[in-house]
Amino acid sequence: MNRKTLAITGGAILLLVLPLLAALLDEPYLVTLFSRILIYALAAVSLDLMLGFGGMVSLGHAAFFGVGAYAVCILSVHGFEGTPVLTWPFTVGGHESALLLWPLAVLLAALAAAVIGALSLRTSGMHFIMITLAFAQMLYYFFVSLETYGGDDGMSLFARNTMPGVDLADDRQFYYLCLAVLATFLFLAHRLVNSRFGMVVRGCKENERRMKTLGFPTFRYRLVCFVIAGAGAGLAGALITNQTEYVSPGLLHWTRSGEILVMVLLGGMGTLFGPVLGAAALLLMEEMLSIYTEHWMIYLGPFLILVVLFAKRGIYGWIAGGTGNHG
Amino acid sequence: MLLFVEQILNGLQLGIMLFLMSAGLTLVFGIMQVINLAHGSFYMIGAYVGATVTAQTGSFVLGCLAALPAAALTGMVVEILVLRRLYERDHLDQVLATFGLIMFFNELTRIVWGRQPLFMDVPAWLAGSVELIPGVPYPSYRIAVIAVGILVGVLLYLLFTRTRTGMQIRAGASNREMAGALGVNIRLLYTLVFGLGTLLAGLAGVMAGPILAVESGMGESILILTFVVIVIGGIGSIRGALAGALLVGLVDTLGRAFLPLLLRLFFSPAYADGVAASLASMSVYLLMAAVLVWRPRGLLPAHG
Repeated sequence: MNRKTLAITGGAILLLVLPLLAALLDEPYLVTLFSRILIYALAAVSLDLMLGFGGMVSLGHAAFFGVGAYAVCILSVHGFEGTPVLTWPFTVGGHESALLLWPLAVLLAALAAAVIGALSLRTSGMHFIMITLAFAQMLYYFFVSLETYGGDDGMSLFARNTMPGVDLADDRQFYYLCLAVLATFLFLAHRLVNSRFGMVVRGCKENERRMKTLGFPTFRYRLVCFVIAGAGAGLAGALITNQTEYVSPGLLHWTRSGEILVMVLLGGMGTLFGPVLGAAALLLMEEMLSIYTEHWMIYLGPFLILVVLFAKRGIYGWIAGGTGNHG
Repeated sequence: MLLFVEQILNGLQLGIMLFLMSAGLTLVFGIMQVINLAHGSFYMIGAYVGATVTAQTGSFVLGCLAALPAAALTGMVVEILVLRRLYERDHLDQVLATFGLIMFFNELTRIVWGRQPLFMDVPAWLAGSVELIPGVPYPSYRIAVIAVGILVGVLLYLLFTRTRTGMQIRAGASNREMAGALGVNIRLLYTLVFGLGTLLAGLAGVMAGPILAVESGMGESILILTFVVIVIGGIGSIRGALAGALLVGLVDTLGRAFLPLLLRLFFSPAYADGVAASLASMSVYLLMAAVLVWRPRGLLPAHG
């Protein structure tokens, strides 16, 4: 058993027994906190698919997170009230079933990613960063101006979605659901990264011109990668709506994209488990620093700069060793 | 008609602010190849220092005179401590490090000045209004802002085309190694260019003080618009920054003012206002998308 498998098994066991641990310590808050960590981990892993493996530095990932979150919230609230979402050109009713809403949220996020990706991927480098940022901010202002759905203040979900066999309102069951979703996503991402598709996308990161010369339609590959990443963020958004039972434009704000990016870097870019560690590290650090001071960002900012300057491989690279280049 | 002229002037004024921000930033992007998210922080520092000094001394001019060196010096210190180490790194590192800078500066202003926004008064000698066209009064302060912007534009043009430093900056931009080999002190030059950029950001900040509330995080909203301007104009191009800034300023202002009126011709007022609000807030981004499809490198790209 090498360090890597040891680290992963250890982490998995810790996450599995966490609710029991929380019960033993009489800290039910831990379950909520770790649900949040798992959800952000999902968003961070999805970003890493495109950032670490595809080499696309997007600063607008929170947009897809927010689209997924809003889709679920808006449809659930209409479902609860029994009012239609759309009356024109055709009538669409609301719904509260997770099995229907969550795939729909994923689909809508993927759609948004397809449009934004198709435009942004016309450029690269610095342009790409600024353009993804600007489009995300456009969606942010779009939701701010949606007065019907709370505008700036956001809107509350009356109750978590329903799912046969699982009581989402129960924090512990919800935690295990998040864990299952994250594990499934990690497994699929692992398969994807090591598939032919994944190889091509990684090839584009190394040298796009060469991949083009080899005859790969690189734009299409990168776009599909962008869309998959967006879809993953949409799923995370669907989960966060249910976890907090509240959405606001803040979910899409560009600082949120920045935070997700920080999670990826902190954990270890270009790995699949790194972003999970990064999400845990960042959120736990926020949680702990905010106990001591409300001005925790004054420490986090310089810390981040130091990490960038001196510790490129992230926590995962540090724990697991190796090149950190494999899922 | 009256409303129209007024809104055009408002658009110009926003455009000038954006020009001050984007002229400095596009230089940093174009010459040093560094993506700097923290540019808005220097705008914020300019505004805070300006507001404080103005409140203490009662003189807006002194406020401006304090804000400019404050922003420029902070910028140069940040360049020496942090950014200098990032020139050879990839854009991701630059994004993350400057994101860290934003967190630091936003929190720092909260610690020093508190969470309550500061408000600056328009100086008495600019508090009135002027009739540019008979029958259309317009606040003198905003006209002064436009005038300062034009002046800065002219000075920048002269700096780049008529002076030795400007020539060296252009040389450093097109070929760093060659300029260095010919005896230009590139490190010093980069620090100066960065300082010039943050000076302009500080100027924009202190001039925005009497128009907007001075608060922590105020730099971010203008930063994103600045990015839009730079993408539209073309990275590294000051002419592009000017064109992009005026375009974005006008589209944003006119969109907000006239889209509701326009849509009311076709829809019920409540519906029209809702749609117009969404459309207006998205208009500059749609403009950017259109420019991207048409000219991915921007309207007036810097080199060839």
